[in-house]
Amino acid sequence: MKKLLNKVDDVVVESLAGLAAAHPGLVKLHPSVKAVLRADAPQKKVAILSGGGSGHEPLHGGYVGYGMLDAACPGEVFTSPTPDQMYEAAKAVDGGKGVLFIVKNYTGDVMNFQMAADLLAADGIPVAQVVVDDDVAVQDSLYTAGRRGVGGTVLIEKIVGAKAEAGASLEEVKALCEKVNSQVRSMGMALTSCAVPAAGKPTFELGEDEMEIGIGIHGEPGRERMKLKTAKEIVEMMAKAIVDDLPFKAGDEVVAFVNGMGGTPQMELYLAYNDLVNFLKGKGIVIARSLVGNYITSLEMQGFSITLLKLDGEMKALWDAPVETAGLRWGR
Amino acid sequence: MNLDVQGMLKVFDAIGETMAAHKEYLTELDSAIGDADHGINMNRGFHKVHDKLSAGSYTDLGALFKDVGMTLMGNVGGASGPLYGTFFMRMSTKLAGRQDVDTVSLADAMEEGLKGIVALGKAQLQDKTMVDALTPAVEALKKASDNGVDLCGALEAGVAAAQSGMESTIPLVARKGRASYLGERSAGHQDPGATSIYLILSTILRSVKESS
Repeated sequence: MKKLLNKVDDVVVESLAGLAAAHPGLVKLHPSVKAVLRADAPQKKVAILSGGGSGHEPLHGGYVGYGMLDAACPGEVFTSPTPDQMYEAAKAVDGGKGVLFIVKNYTGDVMNFQMAADLLAADGIPVAQVVVDDDVAVQDSLYTAGRRGVGGTVLIEKIVGAKAEAGASLEEVKALCEKVNSQVRSMGMALTSCAVPAAGKPTFELGEDEMEIGIGIHGEPGRERMKLKTAKEIVEMMAKAIVDDLPFKAGDEVVAFVNGMGGTPQMELYLAYNDLVNFLKGKGIVIARSLVGNYITSLEMQGFSITLLKLDGEMKALWDAPVETAGLRWGR
Repeated sequence: MNLDVQGMLKVFDAIGETMAAHKEYLTELDSAIGDADHGINMNRGFHKVHDKLSAGSYTDLGALFKDVGMTLMGNVGGASGPLYGTFFMRMSTKLAGRQDVDTVSLADAMEEGLKGIVALGKAQLQDKTMVDALTPAVEALKKASDNGVDLCGALEAGVAAAQSGMESTIPLVARKGRASYLGERSAGHQDPGATSIYLILSTILRSVKESS
């Protein structure tokens, strides 16, 4: 397993230093904890803070900037950050209007963000939390940790960030975040595994003619392993599961998001997007906006995910609002 | 014999060595049903515990356990960070002001630590988590404590109970944590968290035996 490394323990810290050095106008690093802060923080608006394990770049550090996140707290690779990171980062970006935590639904993330929220509440800083759980591959039941937060997180951070930038209150921003989360669904698949740098070998093995359907974003195996099919068949299988789940209906306007897992070329992502366009056309679902590329990755894994978000007028306007971050920028 | 502050410092050094030696084993267990980082995270956490404890001077086990808990919470990450952090911090509340532990006080403190883990993680027995190893171990310690068994004997019973609890996770379908996403496919694998609990307890026992 070959990777660009200096010292395996310093992967995250050195990568963050590079991000900050590449985008000095957009972000700065917190002086004492691992956190990426908006360069002009704090702003007089609700601060949006997210975070989670590293290895999903550009998520979340690449989404810090105008119109999206105020702070991102990265953990070690695929490991949730610790409460002190969110606590210090929130204090650094709070502009007096409170802080919203956008938390992907993983046991560790939820626990660590909750602890940070408790610490901040004790300091009198208003904190609200929304847990993102858009992955239809996981059965939601009382007996699991619930659905995972995956591709929908990117769309949520964009739309909610725009709402905060427009001056909405913490309650309004939280309510919108919950609404977007309720309207977004995703599913992923892998052609290959990925290797956590500190582990040095692939997390799982997949045969040359196999694929894993319903994969998460941490190299954790999905729900079903099967023989490789054509892109069209794979897209239809995933898109059907997503469409049936919400359900999305004829006439619905959506953001169609095809996301690369890190190791799949853009050419194949557009090919998959083309199959998605045809599938949705057949269902009468209207693609109002699209996003195709590597936005929430799983290290060097080959594979992709599909996310559909059912739009309303407000969400569409917020999606179109200007954003300027390392990973996403338009209109400014 | 009782375990005093010096003895406890040796125990945590030994746990650090155990985690370093089992880093790959725990990570391998985790890659089967989780996200392949448990050994890496535990090793990093207990390495930091070693640094923290070497830099301090302790006369009170409560202060020592509090530092262990805070260090793990701030350095392990994942779910294990808060869970192990809470475990040792809750133990510290029972050990405050104590210069040593015997069977009774260790059993009390571990029972308190277990309560902290259950309150935070909300796992029940047979959810395929660390609770499956820790609960029977605490029960065995409490029983030994009621029967006046010495620390070494109590820990032997606790380790045996933790081991069978750990092995009992193999056929279970996970209902908590990242392994729960696998559904039926999580069966047939030993839970990494239950395994790290067993490793910690067996290291405490070995350390106590060596110093007695």
